[in-house]
Amino acid sequence: MTPAALELRGIVKRFGSVHALRGADFILAPGEVHALLGENGAGKSTLMHIAYGLLEADAGELLLDGSPVRIGSPREARRRGIGMVHQHFTSIGRLSVEENLRLRTMQDDAGRCRTMRLGEGLDPRAMVETLSVAEKQRLEILMALAAEARVLLLDEPTAVLAPSEVEELLGSVRAFAVAGGAVVLITHKLHEALAGADRVTVLRRGETVYSGPIAGATRETLAEAMLGAGPPPAAVSSSGLRIPASPSQRPLILAKGLEVLPLEGRGPGVAGASLEVHGGEIVGLAAVGGNGHRELLLALAGLLRAVAGRLEVARPLALVPEDRSSEGLIPALSLAENVVLEFGGRAPWVRGIWLDWRLAQGFTAELLREHAVDAAGPDAPAATLSGGNQQKLVLGRALARKPRVLLAENPTRGLDIRASAVVAERLRAVAAGGAAVLLYSSDLDEVLALADRVLVMHGGRVREAPPGAGREVVGRLMLGEEGRPAG
Amino acid sequence: MAAAALAMGLLALALTLLALGYAPGPAFGALWRGAFGSWYALGSATLVRAVPLIILGFGFALALRGGALNIGMEGQFLAGAIAATWVGLRVGELPPVAAVPAVWLAALTAGALWVAIPVLLRLRFGVLEVITTLLLNFVAEALVSYMVQGPLREAKGIYPQSDMIAESARLPLLPGSRLHLGFAVALLLAALGQVFFSRTIWGFRLKAVGAGPRAAWITGRIASGRLLALALLASGAIAGLGGAVEIGGVTRALFQNLSPGYGFSAIAVALLGRGQPLGIVVTGILFGALEAGAGAMQREAGIPAVAVSVVQATIILVVLVADAAVRRRESRTPVVAAEAV
Amino acid sequence: MIDEVLVASFLAAAVRVATPLLLAALGELLVERGGMINLGIEGAMLAGALGGALGASGGGVWLGAGSAMLAGALTATVFAWVAIGLRGDQIIAGTAVTLGAVGITGVIFREAFGAVGPGLTLPTFRPLRLPLLSDLPLLGEALFAQPAPTYVAALLVPLCWWALFRTHWGLSLRAAGEAPEAATATGVPVRRLRATATLLGGVLAGLGGGTLVLAQVGTFAEKMTAGRGFIAIAIVVLGRWHPVWVLGASLLFGLATALQFLFQAAGLRAPYQLFLMLPYGLALLALAGGMGRSRAPEALGRG
Repeated sequence: MTPAALELRGIVKRFGSVHALRGADFILAPGEVHALLGENGAGKSTLMHIAYGLLEADAGELLLDGSPVRIGSPREARRRGIGMVHQHFTSIGRLSVEENLRLRTMQDDAGRCRTMRLGEGLDPRAMVETLSVAEKQRLEILMALAAEARVLLLDEPTAVLAPSEVEELLGSVRAFAVAGGAVVLITHKLHEALAGADRVTVLRRGETVYSGPIAGATRETLAEAMLGAGPPPAAVSSSGLRIPASPSQRPLILAKGLEVLPLEGRGPGVAGASLEVHGGEIVGLAAVGGNGHRELLLALAGLLRAVAGRLEVARPLALVPEDRSSEGLIPALSLAENVVLEFGGRAPWVRGIWLDWRLAQGFTAELLREHAVDAAGPDAPAATLSGGNQQKLVLGRALARKPRVLLAENPTRGLDIRASAVVAERLRAVAAGGAAVLLYSSDLDEVLALADRVLVMHGGRVREAPPGAGREVVGRLMLGEEGRPAG
Repeated sequence: MAAAALAMGLLALALTLLALGYAPGPAFGALWRGAFGSWYALGSATLVRAVPLIILGFGFALALRGGALNIGMEGQFLAGAIAATWVGLRVGELPPVAAVPAVWLAALTAGALWVAIPVLLRLRFGVLEVITTLLLNFVAEALVSYMVQGPLREAKGIYPQSDMIAESARLPLLPGSRLHLGFAVALLLAALGQVFFSRTIWGFRLKAVGAGPRAAWITGRIASGRLLALALLASGAIAGLGGAVEIGGVTRALFQNLSPGYGFSAIAVALLGRGQPLGIVVTGILFGALEAGAGAMQREAGIPAVAVSVVQATIILVVLVADAAVRRRESRTPVVAAEAV
Repeated sequence: MIDEVLVASFLAAAVRVATPLLLAALGELLVERGGMINLGIEGAMLAGALGGALGASGGGVWLGAGSAMLAGALTATVFAWVAIGLRGDQIIAGTAVTLGAVGITGVIFREAFGAVGPGLTLPTFRPLRLPLLSDLPLLGEALFAQPAPTYVAALLVPLCWWALFRTHWGLSLRAAGEAPEAATATGVPVRRLRATATLLGGVLAGLGGGTLVLAQVGTFAEKMTAGRGFIAIAIVVLGRWHPVWVLGASLLFGLATALQFLFQAAGLRAPYQLFLMLPYGLALLALAGGMGRSRAPEALGRG
């Protein structure tokens, strides 16, 4: 029997007091596409980082082609034929495609510099920062292959792609496997695993709980493996029979022909967008990155000036930004200080120019309790919170202002299913209370599940998806193609 | 940690002295005597030298809180001194109650003007204020040189220095010592600063701008650029005031080499005082002691006073490293593992 | 009114004055391409000046040049240790290093030359006339009759260009300066590269300081660099972080500084302090014009 291309046995990994992996197993055979499935926080990335030499396991074995090895660095991993494509691209924007490849190949073999077949329309002289997201990903894969990888580890590769681009990616991956390579697809999306893989392994809380061929797996068995036995919590993608509060007469967000200049001069910005959101509804915004959704949200929040068009947004307004560690919170400041930051001048602890810190701390302590944020106290620096807890605080802080308009940008990023469900519930509650909610998420499924209506942004313009539109239709709109009429 | 930094600074000095063949013992003895050996030493040497350090230290801390590094306080100090001298020579007719504030007003304005160009360059062109403020230090020195050899030159025309400023513009002294009103000004400034930092909404917003400019901007309520500019302008103005106080209380006239590096010592003072105004009073006095002691060290043990800057440099480095270590320990597990939790 | 000889000697003076600036700027260029700002460059230059003085008074100009480079390297090592090794804030670390260098050089100078002090005269580099070329009108004197360090500096320009854009080391260094996290993930030893660049920067800055003493002024005085290290930083910005433009910017500053000689020779009177201020004013303008453009290494100063 041919030995496994890659095998991990009984891997244990701790980060301080956190048990990321508790004896996980994984076997990858040559020539297969293997999905590594699990919810956020299950340990999938950690396991693959160990295989790639970015982390060292506390216990367990790593075998390559049947023999035990120790991989101490990514360089070594690459030398042994393992390549990895991360969620955050490692290409360097200010260097050209050619230079990036040279950098990568040089790292692995100082003398040899191979000419890569750059095909697929990538201009070698082009600066990487001018490439589209899908092209950058293609470069990442090329770089991984440049070192003649036989094993490819892809970490959530579809997170940034539109549905048709996902198909393309899965196609290339399949071609690689057919030629003898082996691919690991790390993902938390069930349907991707079912669509693209030959075998699937499920991790839950750092342990392997299921492994087998895709043919024998169903949505239900996989979901149960991912979430554990017992009734699953109200998942985001449950049928969401929500009775929306009757929408308010006047829209709380109103934009007509809005034009906003692109940030950093890249992309279309907002090029004449019109939309309305009424109180009581959750409107979803679907877009591929770089099509202006950021500029739209920032303009609605009043942070970017419109150069044309009309904009009316009700106050109070709360914005939950995507990057919680550099935009949502100030990590160096305490939790109380971060709460004070959000509220500004109209807060119970502000009297003229004076701040009553005791009041602020009391309020913060209450907020932490209410939203089940695991923290040492209101004086703890925000940096000491885990990602999930930080997000809970950011959302809780925004809701505490009792906003009439809530703009949320990827509010469930990095959260596990339970935490995501809580966020979804709070968003629904806010809307039920009469607020207008505009939700942007790069996770199309989340948008479709939560939203009453879906807006799609492409090239700076906004179109409304036909009612009841599914992934395919919305996906096409996201790429600027005309959708089929509904039905 | 501050004590450790100071100890390391003194250790560095001791090592330097040893390397050059001096005995650290007598040197440190002279240092101590010059700083604290007597009431006179304390009042007229240590505290007098502490005044500009406290004032400038606070100015640095103010800008630092907003995230700006004003390394040009030396130049702003001199600009204030020039303005103070110019006005001080002309207010002889006014009573002190009017003369002194007039001098101070001129100095505050001059100091703010001196930092205005770096502020503009930062806001408009994104140029790091560190370099621009630094360059203007040298320009200020050249300007002082020009002034005392030209427009502000003493009537007698012998030395490159100005005449003494008018009586009414001079700051009153504590009888029997050389401690002047400026000390009270320094303390008052520090007290106001402490309240501003810890109890007002503007003091908080400034801190937010310095610690997280993007997050501050996203709240939609904080004009980061404007706030930072104001902080820098205030910082420059305060440094200018320091110059006026030095002229009015100590030298009473303008000449070259007015500042033995106050602008830089103040950086060490502010860092060691952890950016807290009250802490800066303490460290300011400490550094004043070092300067006073250095003078004595030079007189009694023949060691060049400039050696003390070794202490200051070491202190800055130690504080720096300690801060970096704390920052690393506090933030959570490395980026790679962040997804796992 | 202004005759050819005068212009020729003005140009020669400009090149001579530009040399220490160019050396320091090339050094800082490497450092900044790697993503760091070393404000300790002023201290390294000053240390180099003192090192040059010490070496030359002991064993001639070449020993002086060597000690200058060594002194610069030592100063840069302190900065590298604090800013890279211990991850302290670069800006404050650099400022502290310069501060410390001012103090230490002052002390050592008094110790070594205390008695002589201001009257110190040191051996200097004699101008090296290149045959034929140095007889060219106007430019001959300026470009081909300069002391050795000037030729060294001129050769370093293409060398720097080649190192940055045609070698693996240069590519890795640039990657470290544009995107250190991505570079690290790729396996580039960012910290090691930055340390090497910092060291080289120190050597060059030290040589610049030594040149100041041994090929320009002929003596040492406390704080004699008077901000030249910081002007070198402005030159790097004006030179868009590219060796050839850095050369041009250095010459520009040389011309600006030498202007006072031209004025004097032409009989125009102006307070000498004005000429003292000119280079700094020019530097400010350069920074305003240069920094706004997007060519700075992406990760500059972020550490």
